[in-house]
Amino acid sequence: MQAFGLFNYWVVVLLMMTGLYIVTASPNLIKKIIGLNIFQTSVFILYITIGKVSFGTAPILVDGVSRYSNPLPHVLILTAIVVGVATTALGLALVVRIHSAYGSINESELQNEDAADS
Amino acid sequence: MDIGSFLINAILLVFLAATAIAVARLQNLFAGAMLFGIYSLLSAGVFVVLDAVDVAFTEAAVGAGIATILMLSTIALTGIKHESIPIRPLRSLLLVAVVGAALIYGTFDMPRFGDAEAPAHQHVALRYLQQSGDEIGIPNVVTSVLASYRGYDTLGEVAVIFTAGIGVLCLLGGSRRRRTDPADKS
Amino acid sequence: MRHHLVLRVIAKLLIPLILLFALYVQFHGDFGPGGGFQAGVIFGSAFILYGLIFGANTARRVATPEVVRVLAACGVLLYAGVGVVAILRGGNYLQYRVLAATATGGEHLGIFLIEFGVGLTVAMIMIGLFYCFTGYRPSDHNNGTHPHDA
Repeated sequence: MQAFGLFNYWVVVLLMMTGLYIVTASPNLIKKIIGLNIFQTSVFILYITIGKVSFGTAPILVDGVSRYSNPLPHVLILTAIVVGVATTALGLALVVRIHSAYGSINESELQNEDAADS
Repeated sequence: MDIGSFLINAILLVFLAATAIAVARLQNLFAGAMLFGIYSLLSAGVFVVLDAVDVAFTEAAVGAGIATILMLSTIALTGIKHESIPIRPLRSLLLVAVVGAALIYGTFDMPRFGDAEAPAHQHVALRYLQQSGDEIGIPNVVTSVLASYRGYDTLGEVAVIFTAGIGVLCLLGGSRRRRTDPADKS
Repeated sequence: MRHHLVLRVIAKLLIPLILLFALYVQFHGDFGPGGGFQAGVIFGSAFILYGLIFGANTARRVATPEVVRVLAACGVLLYAGVGVVAILRGGNYLQYRVLAATATGGEHLGIFLIEFGVGLTVAMIMIGLFYCFTGYRPSDHNNGTHPHDA
């Protein structure tokens, strides 16, 4: 039973590594941003897993309940999600501008064009 | 251990892993963006099971809604539907395997799922749960921590969102000609 | 977009409910799940749904980009302003308990105001992002540096 207690962390590592693989292996900039988002969500799950208390409830105070999950990771991740989408939008806007300047969003093609210019 | 919520959480996590691997394998960008929406929705489900209702709420609205729409509009604007083959996939796989193995090794020291004695629950969180009802007087502890105890933090986050919005406006907005462009009927 | 009759009818039914739900989430966030961040995103997504169904230009007439930009800044200013008011009333920055006669009353008022500021900024930034991505014309920004044109 003890080993199952680590299952969440292992899935988090798997998701994180999937995201890292997409960011490093995919030449396409949009795909890279999708990979970054997968990585980001895995970090969210890590934090929320740490905050969970067995048989606890959501941290909204109710009479007669004394066991709550930890509210602090929830606060940190709640704001991180909204900040995450704003920065994702900034990244996608950069992709759109790169596409109109270079005509491509493929990393190796961009590097070739930069090499040809210099 | 809380078997019921652990099992639901484990099933959702398996779905999440399957979706993430599907995103990594697909070459079609449209399908990738849609699967990312599903991935966000599933992670919102995980958050509900893990008692983070506020977080689940945000993730469902942001990840499955806004982020997917932004990715789809980027795909539409660039007109690129497929990505080309991965660059040096073996080297990336090696990197991922090494980093992943190191992280898995690190997890053996982590507190087990739902452990009430874990260090994270011993310090300031305990005080928030015990005192915020008297000090702030509102039942939702997440709101009292977010808005009152950590008000500076949240002010910074709002400033980041505002700045990112202004950044996108500078990159993509700016041109006033298009507002009178009669060709825009979409 | 003329013939998506089902989408148009359903959207017309849903959008007021989404807006109402966003307001509920905004003002009920003290007692149940919710708050400014969630409410802002839901409020913004109602406008985005409207823009997707009826065209982004129709949405721009409902909430003009200028209004969106000004209101987004107002949200941050409201948040920061609450902190300044707390200083003027003799407390520290963002110390809400000095805002009203009782400490918990002050906390209630302060949290209400800053959550409203958060919601306003998040909603307007989300709508603004949607406007930016739908209104972008590559030709407006291609200032002759395109390598393939050269």
